[in-house]
Amino acid sequence: MITVVDLHKSFGDNHVLRGINDTIEQGEKVVVIGPSGGGKSTFLRCLNLLERPTSGQIIFDGEDITDPKCNINLVRRRMGMVFQNFNLFPHLTIRKNITLAPVKLGLMNREEADARCDELLKRVSLSQKAEAYPGSLSGGQKQRIAIVRSLAMNPDVMLFDEPTSSLDPEMVGEVLDVMRELALSGMTMVVVTHEMGFAREVGTRILFMDRGIILEQNTPKEFFANPKEERTKEFLSKVL
Amino acid sequence: MNIFSRIIEFFSGGFSRIVSVLFGRGRWMLIVNGLKVTLLLSFFSVIIGTVIGTVVALIKVAYVNRPKSKVLKALNTVATLYVNVVRGTPTVVQLLIMNFVVFASSSNMILIAVLTFGINSGAYVSEVMRAGINAVDYGQTEAGRSLGLSEYDTMKEIVLPQAIKNILPALGNEFITLIKETSIAGYIALQDLTKAGDLIRFATYEAFIPLITVALIYLVIVLGLTKLVSMLERRLAKSDNRR
Repeated sequence: MITVVDLHKSFGDNHVLRGINDTIEQGEKVVVIGPSGGGKSTFLRCLNLLERPTSGQIIFDGEDITDPKCNINLVRRRMGMVFQNFNLFPHLTIRKNITLAPVKLGLMNREEADARCDELLKRVSLSQKAEAYPGSLSGGQKQRIAIVRSLAMNPDVMLFDEPTSSLDPEMVGEVLDVMRELALSGMTMVVVTHEMGFAREVGTRILFMDRGIILEQNTPKEFFANPKEERTKEFLSKVL
Repeated sequence: MNIFSRIIEFFSGGFSRIVSVLFGRGRWMLIVNGLKVTLLLSFFSVIIGTVIGTVVALIKVAYVNRPKSKVLKALNTVATLYVNVVRGTPTVVQLLIMNFVVFASSSNMILIAVLTFGINSGAYVSEVMRAGINAVDYGQTEAGRSLGLSEYDTMKEIVLPQAIKNILPALGNEFITLIKETSIAGYIALQDLTKAGDLIRFATYEAFIPLITVALIYLVIVLGLTKLVSMLERRLAKSDNRR
């Protein structure tokens, strides 16, 4: 579904990604872990071109999205993204947050979007918040809404950039529950996270990134039981 | 007679004097027509200033996001020059230049004044707008773009509404300044409110009554605008309610 070929990204002199190669298949739940500064978030943000790669290719459903001729807005409609800081639109009600893009882009009319919004809110048990503003929500609620906002576009793949890292500990669970349910529904997911329990339980493949490359990858079971690289062992000994 | 007794006179004993100064020989029509000119100038200058200011701010923000674009670079240079020139020269001088140099052949003073004040205000509005846009967290833009919204839609639906909410007090400030700035329209022989007051002073040899009257009218206009801005502020602050 997504093929990444020799992806490099530099910020000035800072060479953050040093040649990433990977293929993400439909239905996979790829969990990206690794020490901070290793390029996890940059890699994820390159997948929908929030960061423009310095070189390399990203092929999404047969289309090279790094080609300047590619209409990235059309590609992004099919790639949902959830941010660490939620980034809900504070001046809009929850309903408007969710329906803005589908209606604006002409994918649904108002009624269809409202119906989809109600259905999604019910799924995350936040129906009563439809007309509230983001400012009145807790962190966990905000992130569940942010997930729902992306889902309203009916994306083919969902990208999660440390979705629980800025949450109070007691709110992490409710967000992971939503993600777990999403995984069960068959969604293709790429998740950057520090939640090792989630990685082990939900992931179908673990990518360990360090210093701008994928140092090691494996199934969760193998990865956590028999890490091969020295860096991986060291990392796991610190976080587990 | 000192100023306090004049004030007391203004509000009490001198009533008949006030009537004769302001209403004798149809002089109140000067005030009414002057008020019309002042309101006309203010209204259209605010609109032109807002439009120019927004466009200039968007150019500057767009250039920062895409420093490689040649078109934006050229536009940004023009925009910067515009802001510097307008802010660096007195409004009266700008008005005189517009009247006697740029539009020397035109006799449409209202149009000349509206353009001058609008162009003048645009420079200040653009800086206020730019600050407002930059103050909106970049994550908002990223969230909009990641949903597939275009740069334009993201700016219009997500960034600008939040920016405007934040800069409303500063914008109100700018519009108040602008309304009062139109009082120099008399320099190009426009009979605005200030000029009307001055003409009555001239005709009646009475300075206090017409000038204080004019000052009070400006005060009422500005207070009205202040009220309007704070109403708008309250409406936009709806999303701040934490239930």
